[in-house]
Amino acid sequence: MKPIWYFVGLIMIVIGSLIFLTGIYLLLNPPAEKTVLSEIHPNLWWGIIMVLFGGIMFLKTRKQIV
Amino acid sequence: MQAIGLTIIDWIIILIYFAFVLGIGWYLKKFTRSGEDFFLAGRKNSSWVAGLAFLSANLGALELLGMTGNTFKYGMYVAHFYWIGAIPAMVFLGIYMMPFYYSSRIKSIPGYLKLRFDEKTRVLNGISFAVMTLLVSGINLYAMALVLHTFLGWNWDVSMWVSALTVMGYVTLSGLMSAIFTEIIQFFLIWFGLFLVSILGIIELGSLDQILNRLPESMNTLWSTSSDPSKNGMLVHWAGIVLGLGFVLSFGYWTTDFLVVQRAFSAKDLRAARMTPILASFFKMALPFIVILAGLIAIALSNDPGSGFKLLEDGGRVNYDSALPLLIARYYPSGLVGLGITALLAGFMAGQAGNISAFNTVWTYDIYKSVLNKNASDSHLLWMGRASTVVGVIISLGTAYWAKSFPSIMDYMQAIFSWVNAPLFATMLLGMFVWWITPNGAFWGLVVGMVSSFLMWLGVKFHWFNESIITMSSVQSDMAANFWRAWWAWLICFALTVLISFFTKKKPKEELAGLVKGLTEEKHDAHLPFVKRPVFYAAISIILLIVLNLLFW
Repeated sequence: MKPIWYFVGLIMIVIGSLIFLTGIYLLLNPPAEKTVLSEIHPNLWWGIIMVLFGGIMFLKTRKQIV
Repeated sequence: MQAIGLTIIDWIIILIYFAFVLGIGWYLKKFTRSGEDFFLAGRKNSSWVAGLAFLSANLGALELLGMTGNTFKYGMYVAHFYWIGAIPAMVFLGIYMMPFYYSSRIKSIPGYLKLRFDEKTRVLNGISFAVMTLLVSGINLYAMALVLHTFLGWNWDVSMWVSALTVMGYVTLSGLMSAIFTEIIQFFLIWFGLFLVSILGIIELGSLDQILNRLPESMNTLWSTSSDPSKNGMLVHWAGIVLGLGFVLSFGYWTTDFLVVQRAFSAKDLRAARMTPILASFFKMALPFIVILAGLIAIALSNDPGSGFKLLEDGGRVNYDSALPLLIARYYPSGLVGLGITALLAGFMAGQAGNISAFNTVWTYDIYKSVLNKNASDSHLLWMGRASTVVGVIISLGTAYWAKSFPSIMDYMQAIFSWVNAPLFATMLLGMFVWWITPNGAFWGLVVGMVSSFLMWLGVKFHWFNESIITMSSVQSDMAANFWRAWWAWLICFALTVLISFFTKKKPKEELAGLVKGLTEEKHDAHLPFVKRPVFYAAISIILLIVLNLLFW
């Protein structure tokens, strides 16, 4: 079976990508009601960190069977 | 009252999580062919997998919300639950106790009691654990529905049934294996979903030092105000922290509670099993940087009238559990809100799955096979494991509705642990390290220990006697009472077990080989270089613990 790290990588890539894309949307269409520190765009960099983390896990384990 | 609004992208993230965990349960079903696969995940996990699951089984969302709220109420003293209240016990389990648990090839903690003592001690512990687990599971379910209803405005019944049925779905399909998989996914979701709150809080307030400087001394230190209970937020003396929390409650929970120890039993070999709690201890030490730090940020913000941050109130009473959801609402834009809520949901569901997978094992092996059907085949036990999962979830739902009609039972959760786990730790400690402790000594010591803990709780609750008799302090708090009650229950069980063992029949030494220290050959690490031995990592863990305590003294 696939190792657990493969699934962790997969869900991090999927959710991280959605958060990053939401960040781009919010950058282009700023909402009327802003959250505290919205000017530092946490969606963008946190989404990228999640995708990078998930990507490393996914790529390192995609061919492994345990 | 609703604090957080969800957008379509948040809902999509939540739905992806639900689809993902059900998909994993479905995927793993074809690998679940025997009882060992279902109840012990095939005993083939690495120490990393077992270690993260070991930690995550304890990391429910109720704990995340509750401990952040408790930090708002009591200050940094809550970090004791993560440091002195966990790390020494986890290290002790890995170094001293795991060799006896793992090498005896038992399937559960009550199974060890059967080998070391006798059937009646096993059944007593099996029944008390099963009842405690279902009670805690139901109360967790109720708490989850309450949180989702309060902060998101979700329908009470729908949120409870959807999450309970999802857990039932994937645990029934592939047992402990799917529980462990989803616990590890939950671990990462919690870190990615909630650590950002602390990061953004530090960015807003300047630095960790600036956060601490905004708090009173009773709230921003770990030990320096502990010699006088009236000077710290928790109103507890250091002796209560060390003896009650650091020794009895912590060791009672982390070394004997099958919910967490079951994860170590799934490890592929003895070294991996011993490394399981030791690896987990490093991540446990890091958790205050999510929960405690978030609570401290909440205090600092609420002390600043210009911040606009204020905890919710229910009928004039401050709702401490609202601290974390309100911080999520303050800092997280769309998308991240979905991640934060998914992290909380994952925490609730993984905690639920942990309870149910521990229940189905104890029910199947320590009650059903031990008492009702001694000759059951492996395939029948596998069927029974799946059936008891369904029944366990249904009973948990019933308990949740019971909790809804009597909300005060929420307050009893900490007390429940001190009734069952605190005396059990005395039984285990004596059983593992003193060969002449007898089956009757263990059984009656455990019975009296559990009953005395319950009676002390009743006595304080209904004012039969003053709480200061237990806590030896003029100022009172529920937390201090829990710590001290656990200590006395442990001491009573310990003393009575030793006393009765003097006068009752001992088991022959040859029957105890592999179960008791001194009668067991211990050369687990002889072939390993020092840097690969569990004791090396245990030493690093203890050194880090000391450094953290000195740093925040």
